[in-house]
Amino acid sequence: MTYIAKPKFQHPGIKKNALGYSHRDYEGKISTLCAGCGHDSITASIIEACFELSIEPHRVAKISGIGCSSKTPDYFLGNSHGFNTVHGRMPSVLTGANLANRELIYLGVSGDGDSASIGFGQFAHAIRRGVNMTYIVENNGVYGLTKGQFSATADRGSKSKKGVTNTDNPIDLVGIALQLGATYVARSFSGDKKQLVPIIEGAIRHKGAAFIDVISPCIAFNNHAGSTKSFDYVREHNDAVNRLDVLTGRDPIEIDQDPGTVQIVEQHDGSRLALRKLDADYDPHDRLGAMTFLQRHAAQGQIVTGLLYVDPEADDLHSHLNTVERPLNRMEAADLCPGQSVLDKINASLR
Amino acid sequence: MSQQAPLSSVNDFVVRFANVNGSGSASANELFARAVLRHGVPVSPRNIFPSNIQGLPTWYEVRVTEAGHLGARGGGTDLMVAMNPQTWDKDVAGIVPGGYLFYDSTKPMPSTKFRDDVNVIGVPLTAITNSTYSDPRQRQLFKNIIYLGALSALLEMDPKLIEQLIGEQYKGKEKLLSSNVHALHLGRDWALQNLKCPIGLRIRKADKVGDRIFLEGNNAAALGAVYGGATVCAWYPITPSSSVAEAFTNHCKKLRHDPATGQAKYAIVQAEDELASIGMVVGASWNGARAFTTTSGPGVSLMTEFIGLSYFAEIPAVIMNVQRAGPSTGMPTRTQQCDLIACGYASHGDTKHVMLFPEDPAEAFEFAAASFDLAERLQTTVFLMLDLDIGMNQRLCRPLKWDDAKQYDRGKVMTAEMLDEGRDFGRYLDVDGDGIPFRTLPGTHPTEGSYFTRGTSRDRYARYSEEGAVYADNVQRLLRKFQTAQDMVPRPLQANAAKPTKYGVIYFGSTAPAMDEAIELLEARGHQLDRLRIRAFPFHSSVASFVAEHDFVYVVEQNRDAQLRQLIVTENGIDPVRLVPILHYDGTPITARFIAEAIGTHQDQIKVTPLRKAVS
Repeated sequence: MTYIAKPKFQHPGIKKNALGYSHRDYEGKISTLCAGCGHDSITASIIEACFELSIEPHRVAKISGIGCSSKTPDYFLGNSHGFNTVHGRMPSVLTGANLANRELIYLGVSGDGDSASIGFGQFAHAIRRGVNMTYIVENNGVYGLTKGQFSATADRGSKSKKGVTNTDNPIDLVGIALQLGATYVARSFSGDKKQLVPIIEGAIRHKGAAFIDVISPCIAFNNHAGSTKSFDYVREHNDAVNRLDVLTGRDPIEIDQDPGTVQIVEQHDGSRLALRKLDADYDPHDRLGAMTFLQRHAAQGQIVTGLLYVDPEADDLHSHLNTVERPLNRMEAADLCPGQSVLDKINASLR
Repeated sequence: MSQQAPLSSVNDFVVRFANVNGSGSASANELFARAVLRHGVPVSPRNIFPSNIQGLPTWYEVRVTEAGHLGARGGGTDLMVAMNPQTWDKDVAGIVPGGYLFYDSTKPMPSTKFRDDVNVIGVPLTAITNSTYSDPRQRQLFKNIIYLGALSALLEMDPKLIEQLIGEQYKGKEKLLSSNVHALHLGRDWALQNLKCPIGLRIRKADKVGDRIFLEGNNAAALGAVYGGATVCAWYPITPSSSVAEAFTNHCKKLRHDPATGQAKYAIVQAEDELASIGMVVGASWNGARAFTTTSGPGVSLMTEFIGLSYFAEIPAVIMNVQRAGPSTGMPTRTQQCDLIACGYASHGDTKHVMLFPEDPAEAFEFAAASFDLAERLQTTVFLMLDLDIGMNQRLCRPLKWDDAKQYDRGKVMTAEMLDEGRDFGRYLDVDGDGIPFRTLPGTHPTEGSYFTRGTSRDRYARYSEEGAVYADNVQRLLRKFQTAQDMVPRPLQANAAKPTKYGVIYFGSTAPAMDEAIELLEARGHQLDRLRIRAFPFHSSVASFVAEHDFVYVVEQNRDAQLRQLIVTENGIDPVRLVPILHYDGTPITARFIAEAIGTHQDQIKVTPLRKAVS
């Protein structure tokens, strides 16, 4: 199977967003991943988030590396340009693309092999530069396309499908992202769309480096007893610290529960994040506190999920470089070339 | 004293300054070179330096050449300014018989440290500086200007011209200006009072510089990137290419800020490594900005996976490769032309890449600017192949020129209007036979023209496919595109000998000035050669015809494995016997003497007396 055309039929009563687009306008090709793959749920969540935010699909650039997760941009936002780059190098390609045109929305999709092993360096550096992007790692703890080798996020002591015990310590990308200055950091679970969709929405509206680690069980190679990335294990150990609602534009803030447990965070672009606290002590503005909280819970075998850190005053690489508002890719000779008169002066200074 | 007659020459000799790295000698030495230029006499200076910041030996060689021979001369030094005790023995040994040794005579040296056939000029530099200055840094810096002053007397230079240069350099910094001029005269006056001035080597005013300018190839290439419309530069520091990115940064600071807002019309990122630099270039180019990176051999090795992606997914990229001696870390501060195979065929699978070979800074400027047009027109990687000799040495060259009417060639980019007109968009569809498809930029149109870019095989409409016929169709088109490139890249330049000849010579890049001079030497030996300077890969058809028109063609290059010759043989199916390799690869710049000797010897062997004549 290489390519199957998807029928273009839409139900006349299908729900439309503010731009008049339906969900179908945010879909891509039919997935070629295994039936039940967690990644397909993330794809659905990305579609839902873009639909809800009423984003023009073609204003998104979706960029990925290599692996099962990196194939998924073909399965959503079919009217967006996608770039399936080389293994582990999505962050640099995304950085360059972002520099060329600051007006598009940049969605980086990667996996745990792509970002925690071969691309660990690029992951780290894109985060520390503050590239304005939504960086999603679809984290299943294994190499799926090469049939089930451990990845660098596999927990120590977890078992592979073949029964081998992992003896290496895991890399927690969320912890690294926090340490390197990501300004929007979240973890979620592919099986919890209610939690994941608003987290993606908030990340897209965030101006700065937004990182989301999504635990996404591999149905073929990492969903067995002894795995710490199986559906059952993640459900049992999921410790959600908050629930997020993203409020855009004119939506009134509706708080249907005890107002004392809801925190409103307003981002640069005017979007508001309504965080419903599930853990009374958790503060998503405390970077150091978040790191300690994560480490402590990880030691207890808990998987902390939710919006873990957000800096609503974040800035990005373009502001660091003081680049012009107009996208660089639209500049022509008249904008860029100093001409012969300047060259004459340069020539004169070199004699 | 000297048993050899002292060298006597006007405007044609080699001065070598032996210094300690980090001693501030570079600016004084450059001042010397520029001062000679101000006399209207061409110079060709070369830095010979170690991979080190402070303490190791460094040399600056100035070839004074009224005849305008800008290649390295080779064959020793006529006047050695020996300021580094560490390299004294080697430096003294490198002086030609009858040459001159200039040294700091403050401390007496044993007579065994000198040579009988060399004229010794002692100036008590340390004594003069120590009696004039108390600050150690000042002592160090002004010592350099003092020896320059002494040399100006010894070589009969016009001190006014040097003062003028100092004045330009320290314009607005009166204190520095006057103290430098003072130091200059300290040295000059001491020499005039205590030594026989001038010596046999002299600078005499001439009119051989004209309107030429004096700059480094790396600086010129950076300026070419500014003029060529580069907006994104991603790079990783590596000798000898770092100064390209640094110069680009400086030029952009002056030339590329919006006067109203102060905002930058460029983005420069020092990446974490070469993989990220090229990744950013590919990402920016995919998104329609003109982007480049600058690197050297080891960086190219790291970039090869992305270069393959650029080739196969057809994304423009400009890579400036300032070549140094390899393999591996090789000799980081020595020059070679050794990456032709590594760049021409970079990455796994069947790949071929465009390379441009500038001969000097003026061409580095032009080709750097042109490389962005070519990369966007051809939607592929274009290498600007500089080397350390062009890149890091100031070279006299024609003034830089720009056509103000010129617009950038953005290549085949399908716009929203074209899509709305109903134009058939196939990302990998060859619509007019040149092998180059149309591309769309991300964000162009709400419903038309998007596609999924990938390094995997796909059909003409960018749909994933592993069908053999579909794959073959695509890679054959890529080959067609490469053939199209032959007529777009700078053509070879041919110069024929005065008399018809059966022999030719092919060369490229930084070999050019040495080659021009070698032709004169060979003509003096009675050898006539037609010349072809290759300026780009893929080769224009005139390369094959040039070889066909001659019995033998020498291919002169600065690497061990005759890489240009290999490319010519492979790409044109030429019998290798017809191409005689002339190879120079010790890391020093090739010299006319070397070329003339190698070709001359070969020519002498060919010109044996015919057998029939011998027996008759």
